[in-house]
Amino acid sequence: MILTRGPKLCNFVEWKGLKAVYRRYASLYFCMCIDADDNELEILEIIHHFVEILDRYFGSVCELDLIFNFHKAYYILDEILIAGELQESSKKTVARLIAAQDSLVETAKEQASSISNMIAQATK
Amino acid sequence: MGSQGGWGQSKEFLDLVKSIGEARSKAEEDRIILREIETLKRRIAEPDVPRRKMKEYLIRLVYVEMLGHDASFGYIHAVKMTHDDSLLLKRTGYLAVTLFLNEDHDLIILIVNTIQKDLRSDNYLVVCAALTAVCKLINEETIPAVLPQVVELLGHSKEAVRKKAVLALHRFYQRAPNSVSHLISNFRKRLCDNDPGVMGATLCPLFDLIKEDINSYKDLVVSFVSILKQVAERRLPKTYDYHQMPAPFIQIKLLKILALLGSGDKQASGHMYTVLGDIFRKVEPSSNIGNAVLYECICCVSSIYPSPKLLETAVDATSRFLKSDSHNLKYMGIDALGRLIKINPDIAEEHQLAVIDCLEDPDDTLKRKTFELLYKMTKSSNVEVIVDRMIDYMISINDNHYKTEIASRCVELAEQFAPSNQWFIQVFEHAGDLVNVRVAHNLMRLIAEGFGEDDEGADSQLRSSAVDSYLRILGEPKLPSVFLQVICWVLGEYGTADGKYSASYIIGKLCDVAEAHSTDDTVKCQSLIDELSASHSTDLQQRAYELQALLGLDSQAVESVMPLDASCEDIEIDKNLSFLDNFVIQSIEKGARPYIPENERSGMFNIGNFRSQYQHEASSHSLRFEAYELPKPSPPPTVAQVAFPLPTTDLVQVPEQTYPRETNQTSNLPSATDASSADFGVKLRLEGVQRKWGRPTYSSPSASSSSSTQKTANGATHLDGGGTASSQTRDSFHDSRRQQAEVSAEKQKLAASLFGASTAKSEKRQPSTHKTPKGISTSTEKPAVKGAISSSEPPKEKTLPSSPPPDLLDLGEPTPASIPSMDPFKHLEGLLGPTSAPSAIDHSSAAGPKAPDLMALYTDASPAGVSSSSLNPALADIYTVNKNSHETANVAAMKKGPNFQDSLQKDATARQVGVTPTGNNPNLFRDLLG
Repeated sequence: MILTRGPKLCNFVEWKGLKAVYRRYASLYFCMCIDADDNELEILEIIHHFVEILDRYFGSVCELDLIFNFHKAYYILDEILIAGELQESSKKTVARLIAAQDSLVETAKEQASSISNMIAQATK
Repeated sequence: MGSQGGWGQSKEFLDLVKSIGEARSKAEEDRIILREIETLKRRIAEPDVPRRKMKEYLIRLVYVEMLGHDASFGYIHAVKMTHDDSLLLKRTGYLAVTLFLNEDHDLIILIVNTIQKDLRSDNYLVVCAALTAVCKLINEETIPAVLPQVVELLGHSKEAVRKKAVLALHRFYQRAPNSVSHLISNFRKRLCDNDPGVMGATLCPLFDLIKEDINSYKDLVVSFVSILKQVAERRLPKTYDYHQMPAPFIQIKLLKILALLGSGDKQASGHMYTVLGDIFRKVEPSSNIGNAVLYECICCVSSIYPSPKLLETAVDATSRFLKSDSHNLKYMGIDALGRLIKINPDIAEEHQLAVIDCLEDPDDTLKRKTFELLYKMTKSSNVEVIVDRMIDYMISINDNHYKTEIASRCVELAEQFAPSNQWFIQVFEHAGDLVNVRVAHNLMRLIAEGFGEDDEGADSQLRSSAVDSYLRILGEPKLPSVFLQVICWVLGEYGTADGKYSASYIIGKLCDVAEAHSTDDTVKCQSLIDELSASHSTDLQQRAYELQALLGLDSQAVESVMPLDASCEDIEIDKNLSFLDNFVIQSIEKGARPYIPENERSGMFNIGNFRSQYQHEASSHSLRFEAYELPKPSPPPTVAQVAFPLPTTDLVQVPEQTYPRETNQTSNLPSATDASSADFGVKLRLEGVQRKWGRPTYSSPSASSSSSTQKTANGATHLDGGGTASSQTRDSFHDSRRQQAEVSAEKQKLAASLFGASTAKSEKRQPSTHKTPKGISTSTEKPAVKGAISSSEPPKEKTLPSSPPPDLLDLGEPTPASIPSMDPFKHLEGLLGPTSAPSAIDHSSAAGPKAPDLMALYTDASPAGVSSSSLNPALADIYTVNKNSHETANVAAMKKGPNFQDSLQKDATARQVGVTPTGNNPNLFRDLLG
């Protein structure tokens, strides 16, 4: 439905009483389904907000980043939107939270790698 | 690509993703995934899978599920992973669970315990993860299990936790409003949170709460206004800026809330005016987000108690949207316009051109939005154009959902303003079976009851026009079933009412239908029934068969019992009616048969008996045609109550009792019906009859029955008054009308005709509001300059342009100025030549001698577009006598009369006054678009 639409048309599609708002980044489409009385422009910007944060997180995000790290994209999305509402509109806050989580991940990783190193050494 | 090293997945996963990316077809992708599922099943089942490995398996499972395959075998492992102590694994577990499970899944109950534990965790990140899961997984039943903890977390020291707790509560509220009703004060408290993020998140639940109950939050108006003010003044931390806008998302949310709170409340709105004005001024209209805020401001302004100054600003902003090149902004502009015209309908006039542009736009979404706008601004003056456009569009699309929607809108408008049979026909023709059955019933009721006004003549006119048009389209091969039923019903009821068609002609037609649609039982049965009801009132001969086949009644007896109140059938077919079909047709072919004598009174009571027996049965049937009166031009004292054989199994007994008593002729029939009784059944209800008998058994006294009795009286008086003669005179009158209507229908083809309507409006208003819409001036001038047609037309009526008030002449100038030098007739001829627009040809051919007048009028109106309504009488003078009469009638009919004739006249008026642009605009558009 969205893919058939040309580039110059508007980024909204009405569908069975709901609206799909989409935004295209290169070959990637970001799509949100919203109620009839939501502000479409705002939604467009929320999408963009999300993409900017992704961009900041991955460092010039590309499709492959998202494909291979879709779970991380989900984590980020969880910080931005909850239950269909915009949760946090400050990029910095989101970045900080994600970073906090990732630092835990990193420590966990280090632990894991050190463990595996130990195992490796032990088995040698 | 630099981050590749950091992805941290195993080679297997990378290969999987890669191979999927390279898959050429869906089948190949499916194969890869199925292989992957097998692998995962095996691996997961292995004992002692390392936890980090398991995490990756889970992610791969999510991937599999995302591609549309079933990964349910791994759900339990995801649940297990949420128990893990490591945050990383826990989060993966939660993520997988939230993606896998819907809120009613059985495994949820296993997670609740984990969530409870995690909510108590010291690590705020764990709490956050748990809260995120809470928002997605907790259903109504499990809310109580976590509610106390979530409430506690509202006071957590970390703002991220507070924020998520607020949103979790909001989620609970959405799921089960009662569960958190005692906690609403908590939301208010959070509104004052130090952290803007928490405050912003709190706005979400508050918005929902306020939507439910506006009055208990009026006290917050001042707080919201002050928050909004602070936000707009950039008091929030810089990190909340977005594209140089201070916290736009929070602004939008606040504006939404204010719109709710200020709606219809002058005092509350008063607080908002200043800050709204500030935002309007500060917003940066070049950025997208700025426009989003702007749009929200417009919505807010249009919702609160109107302030003229703000409205003006809002209108300005809207027109900027509409004029923008961006489709998104146009879309928003159309939407905003739709809101603003609720306050002041005149606003739309300024933007006619833009609106029409959007209507013509290839973008479907924009088009639909514009139709929505048109639907909102429909008035009696432009309803025809709008509905025509809607129908055209409806024909062109094949999205069933939207088709249904637009069909119901058409019908609604048609009913609301001026029902024209043509619309219904078109709607049915194209939306066919998508149309709600209710619509069909409304239509039938409309035709049967007329418009509830006292104008019986118009009613019968509508009916006869319905009969005419239905007869015409009956021959078409494919008609939707619902529509066919309506047609059959109308023909049966009113086919002979105006005496134009003989009963046998109608019946013949209906028989054709019955044969042609032998696969469609509903239609067939309907047509047969109608056959009967059509015949029994007018055609004794026909009645004979029916009586023979069914039940016989003495006409006198019937008449005394229920004068003119036939055809109140309520029917239901079981399935196979072919037997009946053949029989009726056969008997018709055979010719007349003797008629049945006098032992009817007992028969009557029998009918009464079994009728009451089946009344409740009938009431549960799906197909129901409610009782209508049958106002026929009093035929011979005949109206017979014809009962169909009622051979459902339980019915059989009654006919058996009845028939033998009747005549020897009927006696052979019951046996036949008995034999095939298992195959078909027709039940019949005659409402409104019981009442007259005063039987206490009358079991379903629906509203229709009472109305039918009332109407009976109505119909009777109508008949007394010699309605036939008057209806005939009206008929001829109506015919000429119709011709005109057809001519105009041609013209309306083009988008511009919409203009016609709205310009007509504007003309009327012009004298009072001197803010002459620019749209009009361009629309009138352009044709004069560019369109050959428009400039060449006027000469004929050259006298007219002088009549408009002088102050308006400046706008109209171009047209008259260009005229005098030309020879009017030459131009007219040129017009009708090969290059001319189809509409022009149509006038000449269809309207004959009237054509020049009409055309002259159109052109004339282009200057008139600027002139006042005083032009109207002037126009009338020039008309032919015939027209003149119409015109005066129109003036009289200007009051909103929802009847057919009025609507036609209104249409004519609109055309005479506003048509002008109609004629011109096609060119305009050609110019604009071409």
